Amino acid sequence: MDKVSAWYGEKLAIQEIVLDFEEHAVTGIIGPSGCGKSTLIRCLNRMHETIPKARVEGQVLLDGQDIYGLPAVSVRRRIGMVFQKPNPFPTMSIYENVAAGLRLNGERDRKKLDQAVLDSLKQAALWEEVKDSLDKSGASLSGGQQQRLCIARALAVRPEVLLMDEPCSALDPIATAKIEDLIFDLKKDYTLVIVTHNMQQAARVAETTAFMYLGKVVEVNNTRELFERPRESLTESYITGRFG
Amino acid sequence: MKFPVDRDTRRRWFDVFMSGAALVCVGLALLPLGSILMEAFVRGAPALTPNFLTQPSLLGGIANAIQGTFILIGLTSLVALPVGILTGIYLSEFGKGRIGVVVRFFVDVMTQTPSVVVGIFAYSFVLTLALSGLVPRTLVFSVISGTIALSTIMIPIVARTSEDALRLVPTSAREAALALGIPRYRTILRVVLPSCASALVTGGLLGIARIGGETAPLLLTLGSSREFFSGLDQPIAAMPTQVYQFAIAPSLAENQAAWGASLILVLLMLGISIASRAVIRLRAVKR
Amino acid sequence: MHALRILRGGTRARLSATPGDLVFEGLSTLVALSVVGLLVVITVILYLVAQESIRVNGLRFLTDTIWDSVSQRFGAAPFIYGMLVTSGIALLLGVPVSLGIAIFLSELAPPWLRIPLTFIVELLAAVPSVVYGLWGIFVLGPAMRIYIEPGVQSVLGFLPLFQGRPIGSDVFTAGVILAIMIIPTISAVSREALLAVPDSQREAALSLGATRWETTRLAVLRYARAGIFGASILGLGRAVGETMAVTMTIGNRAAFFGSLFEPGQTIASQIAGRWLDASTPLELGALVELGLILMLVSLIINAFARLLVGRFLRVGEGAE
Repeated sequence: MDKVSAWYGEKLAIQEIVLDFEEHAVTGIIGPSGCGKSTLIRCLNRMHETIPKARVEGQVLLDGQDIYGLPAVSVRRRIGMVFQKPNPFPTMSIYENVAAGLRLNGERDRKKLDQAVLDSLKQAALWEEVKDSLDKSGASLSGGQQQRLCIARALAVRPEVLLMDEPCSALDPIATAKIEDLIFDLKKDYTLVIVTHNMQQAARVAETTAFMYLGKVVEVNNTRELFERPRESLTESYITGRFG
Repeated sequence: MKFPVDRDTRRRWFDVFMSGAALVCVGLALLPLGSILMEAFVRGAPALTPNFLTQPSLLGGIANAIQGTFILIGLTSLVALPVGILTGIYLSEFGKGRIGVVVRFFVDVMTQTPSVVVGIFAYSFVLTLALSGLVPRTLVFSVISGTIALSTIMIPIVARTSEDALRLVPTSAREAALALGIPRYRTILRVVLPSCASALVTGGLLGIARIGGETAPLLLTLGSSREFFSGLDQPIAAMPTQVYQFAIAPSLAENQAAWGASLILVLLMLGISIASRAVIRLRAVKR
Repeated sequence: MHALRILRGGTRARLSATPGDLVFEGLSTLVALSVVGLLVVITVILYLVAQESIRVNGLRFLTDTIWDSVSQRFGAAPFIYGMLVTSGIALLLGVPVSLGIAIFLSELAPPWLRIPLTFIVELLAAVPSVVYGLWGIFVLGPAMRIYIEPGVQSVLGFLPLFQGRPIGSDVFTAGVILAIMIIPTISAVSREALLAVPDSQREAALSLGATRWETTRLAVLRYARAGIFGASILGLGRAVGETMAVTMTIGNRAAFFGSLFEPGQTIASQIAGRWLDASTPLELGALVELGLILMLVSLIINAFARLLVGRFLRVGEGAE
């Protein structure tokens, strides 16, 4: 992405961000709360502009095309997103939750749907736990299962990129470990961008990590480099826990 | 997986179409409102002559109906505001236990009773008293009968709005006053009530807006009168019943009078509605 | 610490009630209980006056189709039927429109337009019912007779429901008026239900590549369906109790009707129409008995609605 700035009303949230995301790899974005991580990731699939009075400038290139020149709907289908709090559709069954995206795209063939639901749930490492209760409500699952259901739902439409906005912040450590394992598996097929306020998590799952502060990217580097030999003193004081 | 472009285009068109449909729904609701206001102005305004506004209906005016409506609103407020607000105080300050739940349930049932049923009640109530010789028979169709009906409608509305208003006053305000050693009843009267005064006013206006346009209960209880107020135990005219009588009358002049009276009534009711809104807005600005 | 001290002081003051406190609490309790008493009195009085009719007519009252003051024979069936049909038409027409309004106001309209537009729709509720009736007689009725009813007939005329010569002052017109009158109730409560849908639900649908309408359908309407259903029931409660506008437009004929283009009568309109002409205590009692039925019906409907949407309700949005 190139020189992306975003505002909430008059308030500038992120400023002229330039970042590259590597294909089939995990990019982590860390930084103290309020630094613009979530805003940044929401600009990547045009979710930022769904908030009243919010606006975005700059370019976000996906395979060389500016996503702000494409219909938002198709952008969001190619770039999936998982949110901070699990948000399954409570009125739908587990099956319908996963199939929702495909149904939107007009897929009616029951066999194809079944297959896609199966694949996505397996990919999201949820299949074994829910295979006997596919018609139960999505809200009946535990928090960690709900989050994996949301991941399966995002995967079912076969996006190219998967954005994750602090996917584990509402979860307990065991559920978090499961999601992290999952992220590790998913990068074979997808390009992942994960926002987290948990530095250890970034260190564990991301190849590349970007550190943000006050709406700007302070430093981007190979994760190990960034944590072991930070170039900027700001980065260093953050990762050593002096603020944040 | 690639989806054919025309699918997406179709989805986008459907999106536009449904948004348009929703907008049409708004239009469908505004159409009658606009039509009612316009017709009331166009057909009603010519009827509004000085004679029409100052003479009783015996002499071709509606002044007695206007007077009647204001008398009824005044008397009803006199009964319903204190009773309603006291009930609201009970519900918010004292009625914590099971009795509170029961009272609240009954009050809710009363707000939902169809007004025509309330009219039947007021009439039957006075009739029962009259038949047992406690009150004169003439009281059945009278100002008092009408006031009983309207009060029965207004009391529960005022009770629930004042309960809600009182609940919005933070507990800390009460406790601060109680901590100063001020007795509870003075705390409620001097601290709690004044700090939600504007919400109480809104509730009162809401109640008045409801009863001011009520027709059915008055049709059943007021009797008919073509002259000015002549006593609480006598029949009286009111704007809504007057509109009804003019409307079903077989003469064009009276039909036009119906529109004239409607215009005044509608403006009055919209005015009260807007005023209660303004009070809410004022409160929001103050905070 | 300071806050804690105030709290303790408060508790102590509450324990030591002054005589003034007792009087005040006693007074407000008395008044509140008398309001409850009022409802009991209403029920008892209605029963007392209706007693004669209940005794003479018995259960046959509900099924008898004749209302004749000459032979003193009174049956409620045509009015119950009329009430059901007019309310049905009102819901059929009013619910989709109200839902469209609620969607527009909560999901689609630009923010600056939402508050004024919401207010204007609510003004529909401020117009007195007798004015709706007047408008129904002189504006809507003729429009129905000349344009709308022939139009409906040309499309659906093969159905028995839409046969006969349109007269404009009939069951269909009354249903349309009721639909208009329940729109503010249903749309306001539905809108509250839609606004209560968390944004995370909308985001979930949007991030799957849903269009705005698809988001509304998938995430918002499904989530709020209980609230929308409750709002409709609440509208039904208003429709069955509405009196003047129906009385003035339905044509007032105390009989069954096969076509919607025939005149009819509802419970409420029969009460309002016959009240001043009731010639005997028995007929008066029969009218009061109609009132009891109406009260019971609206009580059941509103209790049901309250169960579904109690938390979205504002005062005064019950049945009229």
